[in-house]
Amino acid sequence: MKFSLEWLKYFLDTQADAAEIAAALNRIGHEVEGIEDPAEKLSGFRVAKVLTAKPHPDADKLQVLTVETGDGDPLQVVCGAPNARAGMLGVLGLPGVVVPANGMELRKSAIRGVESNGMMCSVRELELGDEHDGIIELPEDAPVGQSFAEYHAASPVFDVAITPNRPDCMGVYGIARDLVAAGVGTFNPVAIEAIAGEGACPVEIRTDDPDGCPAFYGRVIKGVTNGSSPAWMQRRLIAAGQRPISAIVDITNYLMLAFGRPAHAYDLAKLTGAVVARRAANGETVEALNEKTYTLDESMTVIADDAGVHDIAGIMGGEHSGVTDATTDVLLEIAYFDPERISVTGRKLGLASDARTRFERGVDPAFLDDGLALLTELILRICGGKASEVVRAGSPPIAPKVIAFDPSLTSRLGGIEVDEAEQRRILTALDFAVADDWQVTCPPRRHDIEGPADLVEEVVRIHGLDAVQSTPLPRAEGVATPTATPLQIIERKLRRSAAARGLSEAVTWSFLPVPQAEHFADEAPLWVLDNPISEDMKAMRPSLIPGLLSAAKRNADRGAASSRLFEIGRRYFRGADGASDERPTLGVVMAGEKRARGWASGKAAMFDAFDAKAEALALLEAAGVPTQNLMVMGEAGAQFHPGQSGTLRLGSKNVLARFGTLHPTTLKAFDVDGPVMAVELFLDKIPEKRGGGSFARSAYAPPALQAITRDFAFLVASDLATGELVRTIKGADKQAIVDARVFDVFAGQGVPEGKTSVAIEVTLQPGEKSFTDAEIKAVSEKIVAAAAKRGAELRG
Amino acid sequence: MSDIDTLETDARTRIAAAETLADLESLRVEFLGKQGSVSALLKTLGGMSAEERQSEGPKIHALRAGVSDALSGRKAALEARALEAQLASETLDLTLPAPEAPRGSVHPVSQVMDELAEIFADLGFAVATGPEIEDDWHNFTALNMSETHPARAMHDTFYFPDVDAEGRRMLLRTHTSPVQIRSMVAQGAPIRIIAPGRVYRSDSDATHTPMFHQVEGLVIDKGIHLGHLKWTLETFLKAFFERDDIVLRLRPSYFPFTEPSVEVDVGWQDVNGRRVLGGDGDAPGHGWMELLGSGMVNARVLEFAGLDPAEWQGFAFGIGVDRLAMLKYGMDDLRAFFDGDQRWLAHYGFSPFDQPTLSAGVGART
Repeated sequence: MKFSLEWLKYFLDTQADAAEIAAALNRIGHEVEGIEDPAEKLSGFRVAKVLTAKPHPDADKLQVLTVETGDGDPLQVVCGAPNARAGMLGVLGLPGVVVPANGMELRKSAIRGVESNGMMCSVRELELGDEHDGIIELPEDAPVGQSFAEYHAASPVFDVAITPNRPDCMGVYGIARDLVAAGVGTFNPVAIEAIAGEGACPVEIRTDDPDGCPAFYGRVIKGVTNGSSPAWMQRRLIAAGQRPISAIVDITNYLMLAFGRPAHAYDLAKLTGAVVARRAANGETVEALNEKTYTLDESMTVIADDAGVHDIAGIMGGEHSGVTDATTDVLLEIAYFDPERISVTGRKLGLASDARTRFERGVDPAFLDDGLALLTELILRICGGKASEVVRAGSPPIAPKVIAFDPSLTSRLGGIEVDEAEQRRILTALDFAVADDWQVTCPPRRHDIEGPADLVEEVVRIHGLDAVQSTPLPRAEGVATPTATPLQIIERKLRRSAAARGLSEAVTWSFLPVPQAEHFADEAPLWVLDNPISEDMKAMRPSLIPGLLSAAKRNADRGAASSRLFEIGRRYFRGADGASDERPTLGVVMAGEKRARGWASGKAAMFDAFDAKAEALALLEAAGVPTQNLMVMGEAGAQFHPGQSGTLRLGSKNVLARFGTLHPTTLKAFDVDGPVMAVELFLDKIPEKRGGGSFARSAYAPPALQAITRDFAFLVASDLATGELVRTIKGADKQAIVDARVFDVFAGQGVPEGKTSVAIEVTLQPGEKSFTDAEIKAVSEKIVAAAAKRGAELRG
Repeated sequence: MSDIDTLETDARTRIAAAETLADLESLRVEFLGKQGSVSALLKTLGGMSAEERQSEGPKIHALRAGVSDALSGRKAALEARALEAQLASETLDLTLPAPEAPRGSVHPVSQVMDELAEIFADLGFAVATGPEIEDDWHNFTALNMSETHPARAMHDTFYFPDVDAEGRRMLLRTHTSPVQIRSMVAQGAPIRIIAPGRVYRSDSDATHTPMFHQVEGLVIDKGIHLGHLKWTLETFLKAFFERDDIVLRLRPSYFPFTEPSVEVDVGWQDVNGRRVLGGDGDAPGHGWMELLGSGMVNARVLEFAGLDPAEWQGFAFGIGVDRLAMLKYGMDDLRAFFDGDQRWLAHYGFSPFDQPTLSAGVGART
């Protein structure tokens, strides 16, 4: 909310300057987001009078003016404004001054061959408002030659963020009250005198929706002249960012900005019959003041007459019943609307307004009569006319809230010792009534006060939070105990293992374009946002690979030869009861060159599926998985190359990871050049250590005798999984065989068609005695026999 | 000159002249072999009288030892020369590059989260987590933001069309605060947790991204007040920035889930055009920076979480993790955090061995 210092000082007697007031506002919870001093940007502009205006000899839309500046000879100024004319007063900028709106320095120049010595300015050029239809017209009594900043009484403008719990401070008056409580000056309460009016109100006013509109007060003023509002009012409105429109509209805006109290004025001539607060009918429409038509429903409260809806209650008036310059009789409406109803209606209609902001936060329910009196007084004073008596339909909820307060709570919750007298002073200054027994009656405008904690907040914010003394939390004895969960420990190990293996950790968006998400969803139902920020950020990711793949593509597009990326994050699925099922996952994408071409290594090497397998195994090992028990199986998913991908499982069901080369269609969908390797570790599938693991390792018992190795070469069918052969061989004699390692795989010349030669080094570990030749022979025979079950024959 | 002297001189001359190990070997055979000339002299000792032997014996033995030494000396010299020649032929140009190994890195967000976990573990806080796809009860209602609460509208929430089994609207959590509720419901009180994680707001411009990271802190116990909150934040920030001159300014504010609510500013100073935290924000050349929101947990929130506000009270706070990373490590563009640019990750990422520890300091210095 914006307001000028001059306006604030109307309600507040203080010697404090703008900076001191801003500091006080910050201290008591009204954050000052900016102070602007228009005097600075208006310096150099002055009040000037147009003496003559003649058409420009060489341009239809321009005029050549002679302008009296207050000193020296009149100046010649070229001007394009249609309202420039002899005799008018305006604002002149002389060469050397800077135009606030565009930062341009004015110069003496020739415009279409005619010398121009300055510029007559519009409202917008001086950043005083939006208007740009012509140059500023000042009243006839404006002193020619006076600095415009001085004439305009330019006053610093505060921009204050009012928190949603304080609608009472969405008016300058409320802010002044808070400042006074904080010791900044004394309050100038506005004396409000009821205006009785003459004669009954000629319009029937009713509320047929006491839930939505508990109170609707109004009166008619006849015989008004709706010209411009006075300069003092316009200045305040402009400073507050509100464009002056007409006296009556300005007066209602003034009431809102000064007292946080929205009200509405109807042109009586445009109303027929009783004016009623009621529920809208489904499908009923209204054209609002913003010239948009809204379709209403029965949950919405409106103000209507016999002809139809004239006002979306508490949010925006109607276009057709608003006041105009020609209006002579007005009906004033000041009502209390249910905050929740306003909020719901505003949200449904997607319609924001200053009135809605105040009504949905809660206006002062005890300010209807006063607000109407202020409104009436201003209109009678500025526009003339005769007021009728007031009609009061319904009654606002003003039952006072009383809170039993214990002033010791201030130190117990707020951590500040504030003596009771000071607490009483603060609450009283904020208009709370504090009884001797600390029963605190809240002013009805303070909807935010719900209980004792709120009163503590009032006391400490006014007393000053600077007084809060740091108090150590009680600390458990001894060294801090570990707090991380098993999953957190696994994630930390994985993160640093992956980085140590040369992978860079990325953080990519949790959301994906729907087609990318679907490509990786494997038919699982996706979470798709209702209101995404863009189509590219619409579906929650079912895999970490797409985000990393897109990052790899961006890297390649930037000319990177390779990307080695990993991410630890969640995949999002649907759980039971409509909740989400978020699964912790580690993703790896390796794209481009595994190794650049080199003087020693020759051509560049690309990543292959075994690189993916190596990462998967190394990371699973880092996560504490017994990798020797893992089985390599298929079914990595349709996103992978069917012949160059696999899964790693503990048992045949529990898939811990998938890895391999991505499918060419996946690469095409992401517009990435291949080959690209990917790995996904499913961290939720990693079995927890039994009992959380133990510190003591199993006993160290190195074998007494040295192991021996024997090499075997087999011819196997080319489609046999070598891993199966190795597993079979290891199982041939579980006592003697401790390892079997493939050291050569060959197909081609010398090997029959459809066959592959596989060479395996078997490690045999003797127990207490060295193997005899006969024993070695027996084990060898077992190995050959076992291999034969897989169709392997020993090569001669 | 005796024959022995002649033989020795001849042998030494020829041994010294031998250029190969093979030549040397044939000289050894010639002199010391079974048929060798020195061996032949040794054999003559047997046929000598005792007197002769006494005078000739030592000479002949000395001759043998001398020749033998000359042979082994020359052999060592020839071998050394051969090794030198071999090594000379094996010279590598070590200005050529060694094989390269890729260098990985840890993302600044993870690094900072690990730092937070380390610092808060020392203060007795555990790390809690909760779902990112939340329901509106946990994200709003239980945090004292009813359906029509204006603050709800200010959250720029991403919604899903779905409702859960209890009819609650599903959404992306807008803050980590729902973890407060879930943790209190699950664990009761007393409780000390931090809850770092991803949060989402439908907001995107130079300084906002639709996804970012927050860390929530929650302490519920008996007798906890604003002074404890201030101490906790001061202690944390001093440890995090490894500076003793961190100064906080508490300002009243409003959050529906805390009462009283406090906005916390931290003092900074201008160091070569960069804002560096530390010092009193009111001092010349200093300023205040809004850092986080906090307050005493609203009694209603405690009730929603099943705790009795007459018995328990405490504080909560929330800070942007990305922001903390930027302030500490100097990144200036939030959007780059989520791009996966290999160059940025190499520049701002951390070595895997920068594991934060209290003994080495939780921060990683360059």
